[in-house]
Parts: sequence; structure tokens; C-alpha cells
Amino acid sequence: MTDAPAARRSANLDNGLKVLIQEEHTAPLASVWCWYKAGSKDEGPGLTGVSHWVEHMNFKGTTNIPRDQVKGIIEQFGGSWNGYTWIDQTTYLETATRDALDRMLFIESERMANCLYHPDDCESERTVIISELQGGENDPDQLLDQEVTATAFKAHPYGHPTIGWLSDLQTMTRDDLYGYYRRCYLPNNATLVIVGDVDTDAALRRVEHYFGGIPAGAAVPRLKTIEPEQTGERRVTIRKEGTTAYFKAAYHAPAVADPQFFPLLVLDAVLTGAKGLNLWSSFRVAPPQRSARLYRALVDRRLASSVSGSLLPTAQPFLYTVSVTAMDGVPLSTVEEVTLAELDRVAQSGITPAELAKAKAQLKARMVFDNDSVTNIAHQLGYFETVAAVDLFTSVPARIAAVTVEEVADAVRAVLRTSNRTLGWFAPDAIRR
Amino acid sequence: MALAPTRTTLDNGVVVLGKQTRTTPAVAINLAVRAGSYADPADAVGASWLLSRVIDRGTAAPTPRSADAVAEELDARGITLTTLVTRHLMSFVCTCLAEDFEPVLALLADIVTTPALPERELATRQAEVVTAIRQDEDNPAVRASEALMALLYPDGHPYGRPTKGTIPVVESLTRARIAALHAARFAPDQLSVAIVGDVEVARGRDAAARAFGAWRKPSPPPIPVPRVAPARERRRLVIPMMNKTQADIAYGFTTITRADPEYYAFWLMNNALGQYAIGGRLGDSIRERQGMAYYVSSSFDANVAEGPLAIRAGVSPANVDRAVASIDEELARLRREGLTAKELDESQRYLVGSMPRALETNGAIANFLQNAEFFGLGLDYDERLPDLLRRVTLDAANAAARRAVDPERATVVVAGPYSGTLR
Repeated sequence: MTDAPAARRSANLDNGLKVLIQEEHTAPLASVWCWYKAGSKDEGPGLTGVSHWVEHMNFKGTTNIPRDQVKGIIEQFGGSWNGYTWIDQTTYLETATRDALDRMLFIESERMANCLYHPDDCESERTVIISELQGGENDPDQLLDQEVTATAFKAHPYGHPTIGWLSDLQTMTRDDLYGYYRRCYLPNNATLVIVGDVDTDAALRRVEHYFGGIPAGAAVPRLKTIEPEQTGERRVTIRKEGTTAYFKAAYHAPAVADPQFFPLLVLDAVLTGAKGLNLWSSFRVAPPQRSARLYRALVDRRLASSVSGSLLPTAQPFLYTVSVTAMDGVPLSTVEEVTLAELDRVAQSGITPAELAKAKAQLKARMVFDNDSVTNIAHQLGYFETVAAVDLFTSVPARIAAVTVEEVADAVRAVLRTSNRTLGWFAPDAIRR
Repeated sequence: MALAPTRTTLDNGVVVLGKQTRTTPAVAINLAVRAGSYADPADAVGASWLLSRVIDRGTAAPTPRSADAVAEELDARGITLTTLVTRHLMSFVCTCLAEDFEPVLALLADIVTTPALPERELATRQAEVVTAIRQDEDNPAVRASEALMALLYPDGHPYGRPTKGTIPVVESLTRARIAALHAARFAPDQLSVAIVGDVEVARGRDAAARAFGAWRKPSPPPIPVPRVAPARERRRLVIPMMNKTQADIAYGFTTITRADPEYYAFWLMNNALGQYAIGGRLGDSIRERQGMAYYVSSSFDANVAEGPLAIRAGVSPANVDRAVASIDEELARLRREGLTAKELDESQRYLVGSMPRALETNGAIANFLQNAEFFGLGLDYDERLPDLLRRVTLDAANAAARRAVDPERATVVVAGPYSGTLR
């Protein structure tokens, strides 16, 4: 968490588990994250949502942690735990005082090898997850995001929502869940990250103690589908009762390891303000965006109450999405016209050197702000190792610093094409009383 | 390790709280003015919120800046300035690189003390607030929570009013009205400045003295906050929102003030009831055992006046009655049987043990210091807090439950696609 290069150890156990340990002695804490290359892109038809459901099941007791002892297992150490699933990954974390390191490693080793999947627990979780899905549907912006993403992808499984389609959630069986767990939760498909007030050698020995005996398994089969190039603009319009109109423009965008990713990240900062790259923490604070192009064009002109851009690091090409909330009374056609005009303008004329300098300064600051806790640092190491390689994360500041105006122009021309986009409207009908 | 923050009062009354850390080359700045939504005039509910939206859109003398100039100064440094309005405070919160600290603090001082409040910006922010209110109107969770607060705090009590106000009032607010609110409530002795991060305490204090030392204004008259009587009977309200998929439940009570000696007993009781692990006893019953909800939890927010204890859950419309009945059952059991010694011990260990994590980041420390300042908890509050929690007895926690949570006196609101009759 300082300017000095961090001491980080990378190791591989014999069973293929990748281990990343970074000492941070600023607080008496440690954060442990266990990452699996198992996300919604690894799900086939009929099993959409299985990764996320499996994540829920993996908090429900193991061979050596009885169901009734799950509650409080890390809270006793003042710790917190959580997990999330997205398109490329499922991950679990505990952050607690450093004396809980053994406990955290024990929990993650149990989660990897010994979860129970009691049929009653599977059933009761089915309704919890359907409730989560329905809660998301209550939010028109989230609903539109789901529909735009599904429209943008015809073939690649990035198109279906991580929570899954309702009918799959209604019909999936305990064996579907357990089978997926056994196929994907393997040391050779995982990365364990420890960041905090620990001794690296001692921590590595404890990792070996808890994980060394878990056998490797067969390599996880991967879907080989590549999304075909989009050949024409697509549109989706949701008409539903509501109060507020939303607009989205989504473009197929490069994966994180693609050389055009960072120029596009700079472009997003110019258009909507820099967010940083931490899926866990960056989006909890709004970006500095009041001088950004789309903010000036839409919010300052009273056409929109908010605008945001989203370019997230992913393993395979995903989307760059601009989202706009229309100001009350402003037609969506106006919002769309002004947004697309700004995007066309940048596609034709690129960005200025002054804009490049500002975007870089913003991104540099955001990277510092994103590294303010052992939890956030550990997230970044594991995230990048899972979607690409941890070394890519280390090189992010240099990659951003090296971006030129010309590279941004090239990336813009490659991505912001009419035929590469999907436009979405949530057009509210008046609510019937 | 104790925080041991510093506290200085400038001769105009501004309080400066400081704590040096070296976790990142960054500084968290948190300015709190005792001018929250409770200061809204009765006929201008939402005025504080609108002021918070426009206050950082330009500064007047001594350093005039347009809204664009303020935007450039912040954006060029990667800074997001967040203005927050709670019942009693308007807060200005940001994190900046340590190298930018002095100019950023100077800009914030001009924003707080001499905002320009340009007409054009006011009109834009009014339109934004109207849109946000329209979004809230279509959000069952917000509708349920706001209705609960209005029922718990009736008759125009400042805790029961919607912070953003209503559309007709927001549209009617003039620049003169907003400027008058600022003039009436913003004064040096209402401001505390917390500076936490990679900056020496003396440097922070000197910068604060340069930024705020010349500000002179008399102390505003106090605004009385009415006491609140607990509900005498069970109350129910259904807000039908048939265009939604899930229903949101807000179920609550008024409790005690922050100054009440039983505060820590209430805190622990609430932790065991609706927070510990995934939502405490309520999470065990409604999420884990019955699989009815993705979220259920309770929050306890003691304040200057008697604050709320509110239980919130999102459930399928078919499960509303069963979820409310389960909440009733858990509360009745808590009153009847109390917590177990094990539950109290677990919550005590958790809350004490989580302090290093809760105070890990600069932003979190700054917020902790401002909270301690507002409630007069002292500079050693972080050191005393573990004992305050450990000293709570099982009898005290159970007495808190009997005092606070009686299903027969609960206020229950459901918003969503529900057409039943609540019990």
C-alpha cells in the first residue's frame, strides 16, 4: 500500500493451486480470497445460473464444518466474509485479524473439497435465488442491462445473466449443482490470495498444510464459442410500467489482455470519468466526471440526470456500455441522438492531448484510492490472475502511462462503429393505479 | 493500537480533527456541517438536499470560480466530491492524493463558506432531483422505507420527512430560498473538519487554519428536535405497486436516543436480531431456514431524538404474509426468551473484533472521528468502545429487546405487487 514495489510471492502447489501472497503490515489484518475459473461463461443451456447458485451452496456446511457451525465461524475473529460470481469467475473472501489466518485457510480448503449439498438446502436456496432475481427485475436499469447484453451476444455465453434464466433456476437439480461443483472446484482451477500482516514463508506452509492434500482433477472443459463479428446495429426496447426512461449503448469491446483495452479505458475516462479497475471497490464511489464529454453533453444540458460508462477487465471480449438516465420529461430519442452524436464526434476526431493527460491523472489517482485496504489489494491480484495474469495487473500503471492519442483514436475506430453496437431503451408506460 | 487523533478548535469555532496514516499516499477529507435535513423549513422540505446538490457548483468571492472551473479542479486530480445529507449533518467527503491536499482543502473551504449557487446550475439540479424522486416513486424498497419513517415520525417530525422532498416543493424552491438556508445554518462553530491520511497533523491543521480561519459568522439558533412517543398499537400500510416482481417489507419501531445509557445494549440486541453473520436471527429464519428472501436484516440508528430500529426484507409477493408472520414470531420469541448468553458473547466478540477492520481505511477513520465528534464521545472513544460493548449484560440486552421490539406495537409497510390484507 505504499509507493515502494510490494513484496509478492507467487507459488504453485503440486496439485496445481496457484498461490499469491503479499505482505502488508499497515493494519493487524489479513484477507484471504479463493478464486475459481468458473463463471457464467462456463455454463451451457439449461444450466444458466449454476455458477452463482453453487456459490450460494458453498456457504452451507462441509464435512468438517457442520451446518450449525457455519454461522460465526469467522465472525468470532471480528471478520467478514462474502463471495460473488460473474462472467469469468466465482470468488470467496474472508478478512479478519491476522490470528484468524489458519481459520480462513481452513474454511477455503473445506469449501474447495468438502461441501455437502444437502437436498433440503438446495431447495431452500432455489427460492432465495429466485428472490434475488426478482429483486433485480424491480430495477428497470438492471432489467435493461440484462436485455441489452443478451441482445449483443448471439452465440457467446457472456450473453446470459449471471443469475441465470428463471426456467433454469426452476428446474436445475441437486445433481446438476453438485456435478458442477465437483468439475470446477479443483486446486488446478483456482488461485488462493493472501494479503496482509502475515509472514510469507509461514503463510505458504499453512497453505500447503490445508490445501496440499486436495487432489487435482481433470482440466475444466471450456466452451470454445467465439462471438461472431456483429454485422449490423441491434435494438431492444422494453415497454413496461415505470416512471423513468433509460438508454444504453453497448459495443463489443476488447478483452483485458488485448492491446486496445487500455486505450479504450482512457477513452471511457474522457467520456464519463475514470472508474479504476476494481470490480469490488471502484464502483462504490462515483467517477470524477463533471468535465467529461458525455456529462457535459447530457447532464449539464438537462437531458439526463446521470450518465456512466463501463469497461471491465474480462477474459474474453465483452462490452463497453454507456448508460444514461433520461431527465424527467426528456424523450429517449433526444437522449439517444445526443449520446450517439458525441460518440460519433470522438470516433471522427479522437481525443485531445489535454484530455489524455487528465484521463491519465484520474486513472493514476483511482489506482491509489483502490489500494486502500488489504481486501481491495487481494481482490485485484486474484481478479487479474483469474481473467488474465497477475503480471498484467502489475503492469497497469505503465500501460496507462504509455497510451497515446493515436492509440485511443485507433481503439475508438475499432470499437465505436454503428454495426458493432446494441442500443437499448427502457420506455416507461404510465403506471396504472 | 489506539487511533489517538488530534483535535483543535480554531478561534472562530471550527473543529479540526486529525490523524496521520501511511497506508496510501492519499488523504481523506470529511467536512461535517450541523445542517442536515432537520434544518429544512417546514414549508421547504428538501431544501437542504437541493442545497447539497448545488453548493459545489461554483464559488463566490474571495476566489470566484464557475461551476466548470470547480469541475476542472476536481476532475483533473481524479477527485469525486460527495455531498451527503443525513438528518443532522451535511457532509463533504473526498479522497485526494497527498500532493494535492492543500489546494483541495482550500477549494472545499470556498465551497462550504462562499458557494455561488448560480441560477442555471440550480435549475439543472432541480431537474435532477425531480428525476431522482420519480425514480424513488418506482422503487418499492424506497417507498416502503420512506412510508415507515413517515408513520414512525408523524406530524412533520424532521425524521419522518423525505430527505429529497416532494416534486412541487423542489420545483418551487428559489435561489433566494436556498441561499437563505445556507446563510442561516452554515457557520464556523457548526463545522468540523476531519483530515486523515498521509499528511502530518501540523500540516493538516495549518492548512485548515488557512482555509477556514478567516470565516466569521455568528452561531445560528438551535433547532429543537421534538421527542417521539412510541407507537401504542400495531399499524399497517400496503403500497400496491403491481408493475413490480418483488415486494419490499419495512417493519419498525422508534427506540432511544444516542445519549441513552442503554445504547450499547440496544446495539448488541440488534446485532443478534438482524445483523450477525447473514442477518442474525431474522436471516436464520427467513433466508436460511425458509428460503423466503434474498435479503433480510435490521438496522438500529439511535440519534439526537429517538432513532428507528427497522427490519427490511425483499420477498416474493406470495410470501409476504409468511415473512411478516416470521418477523412477528422472532420478535415475540426474543421478548419472551431473550438472547442466549452464547449469542450475546458472539455479537460482543464480533463487534469488538471487527474494529481493526472497521478502522482500516482513511475514509472509515474520518467518518468514525466525525461520528464521535457529533455525539461528543471523546478522542479516546475507539479505546473505550470495546469495554462499553463487553460490559453489556444479558439482562441489559434482553431488557432492550423488551423495550424496543413488540410485534403488537410494530409499524409494518409493504410496497410491491401485493394485494393481501396485512395482519
